[in-house]
Amino acid sequence: MKLALGPLLYYWPRQEVLLFYDAVALSPVDVVYLGEVVCSRRHELRLPDWQALARMLADAGKEVVLSTQALIESESDLKTLRRIVGNGEFLVEANDMGAVHLLAGSTPFVAGTHLNVYNAETLALLIELGARRWVPPVEMPQAMLQALLREAPRPPECEVFAYGRMPLAFSARCFTARRYNLQKDSCAFRCLDHREGLLLKTREGQPFLALNGTQTQSAAVCNLLAHLPELGQSGVGIMRISPQARHTLDVVALFREGIDNASRLDDAARRIQALVPDVACDGFWRGRPGMEAGASS
Amino acid sequence: MHAPMELVCPAGSLPALRAAVDNGADCVYLGLRDNTNARNFAGLNLDPTAAQEGVRYAHRRGVKVLLAINTFPQPGAWQRWTSAVDTAVQLEFDAIIIADAGLMRYAARKYPELRLHLSVQGSATNYEAINFYRTRFNVQRAVLPRVLSVSQVEQVIRNTEAEIEVFGFGSLCVMVEGRCALSAFATGHSPNTTGACSPAAAVRWQEKPDGLESRLNGILIDKYREGERAAYPTLCKGRFKVAGETYYAIEEPASLNALTLLPELVRIGVRAVKIEGRQRSPAYVATVTRIWRQALDACARRGEAFSPAPAWMAALRGVSEGQQDTLGAYYRPWK
Repeated sequence: MKLALGPLLYYWPRQEVLLFYDAVALSPVDVVYLGEVVCSRRHELRLPDWQALARMLADAGKEVVLSTQALIESESDLKTLRRIVGNGEFLVEANDMGAVHLLAGSTPFVAGTHLNVYNAETLALLIELGARRWVPPVEMPQAMLQALLREAPRPPECEVFAYGRMPLAFSARCFTARRYNLQKDSCAFRCLDHREGLLLKTREGQPFLALNGTQTQSAAVCNLLAHLPELGQSGVGIMRISPQARHTLDVVALFREGIDNASRLDDAARRIQALVPDVACDGFWRGRPGMEAGASS
Repeated sequence: MHAPMELVCPAGSLPALRAAVDNGADCVYLGLRDNTNARNFAGLNLDPTAAQEGVRYAHRRGVKVLLAINTFPQPGAWQRWTSAVDTAVQLEFDAIIIADAGLMRYAARKYPELRLHLSVQGSATNYEAINFYRTRFNVQRAVLPRVLSVSQVEQVIRNTEAEIEVFGFGSLCVMVEGRCALSAFATGHSPNTTGACSPAAAVRWQEKPDGLESRLNGILIDKYREGERAAYPTLCKGRFKVAGETYYAIEEPASLNALTLLPELVRIGVRAVKIEGRQRSPAYVATVTRIWRQALDACARRGEAFSPAPAWMAALRGVSEGQQDTLGAYYRPWK
């Protein structure tokens, strides 16, 4: 089982991002995804900055993948997409069928979690087009994933979202700007003030979602560490940790410990609970509403 | 000049189909009674016998019929989706509205003559994505997710040979269709796999001393004081608390109404306009279809001088969610 660090979904000040990835270089992750997946207005780091980080991380021995934006609307979004696709140096994670269109047949790619792949036929198609790794939708339960990989003629490397607030939806609307009665086009980059998104609670105070600009996340943190053995048995080869505002590299260390040493998994799974910021969940994996938590999460 | 714009209307039942046909639809769309379509609600949709009757009714009156097969096939059930495609061909549907790339390949290989319309659930928001489906599966038309401004729609049209269909009226998805796991997160019912969002089975209304509560699988979606108009608890249209403020944090209960944009949509080359609402009554379908038919005809006569009659706008508002309407993402400040 390998360990991946997903793309940074939040908007942090440039200096913080650079410091974060300096630490990532020294951490026990195998794969690092870089780039802006959520909002084209975010520019603390631009593509050349991400590429520079990619080289630094590659020199540190990491496999680096450049992730493309999930919701592509404008011509300038497409321009950025084309530059990522043609970067000539790093593998690309396609998060939109437009990206697949540009990569197909010429460049190997990672079929990202925001492509809708729910069956072996569609997975087989993407593999024919060059996908060599696949990240299933966050809502996919273990039973479906296992069956799908069994049906797939040549199952690729499979990577599952295993830790962090889950990306649940995208919109043209920016919900962070909306909170401040601002329009998206003049949002004053309020996302910079919310390092792990804006918590949305019900009117009786139950944490429900997290608003991250145009992306809506779960308030609960998905944590699949305790499910590590089932993930392996289902054909998953990589667990993805999504960068969080706090404790990300401690979480990485505990996942590493659980992966490397089965006898310490229970202990690591117990210790990780102290690092989960609000509530944990694992419902999707268990075929339940995503926000539910089993005894082991 | 562009070819006239088609009016594409919803049919959740045979009476709704007749209402759409009788009131001026150019096309009606419907789904079968299972999770192969994204309005998989109890009592809704048509079995193959009713669908056949519907196709005959429409065809005799020169109206096209489209079958929505717009959820994603899942392991162990692939054949349910392929047989939906087979059914569409056997029953002589004019096109299928389809979201899954693997299923599109099946349809394109087995029935090269079958017209494919890329469903909004396919989440193609840019021309490169549309051209993927166009190039590989000869998709004839793409239905755009409700995320683009008018100028972005125009940019798409200029860069693809596929016809473009946009939403004109009906309940508004605030999230990119096909990429929203909110309902699955809260209720376990996913639009992508079970074909349902915020399903009625998960809804509970509770009268409390301080007001009426609406819950979805236990989650408090909204609360209404005496005299406030209660709305169906679609989970993105409730009032929530964010950083100390309680408000419609994602969207108000409102319907999209693009009627005022009609001349612009015609000018930029939109080929079809879609009315949402397979879950709505035949009366809704009749009202909305009739008004949009009149509007499209008036727009064809008057061109840029077209403006919608106040009576139309009032009638549409009357059947809108929360009796409110919006231009949604067509209007940039909405974003």
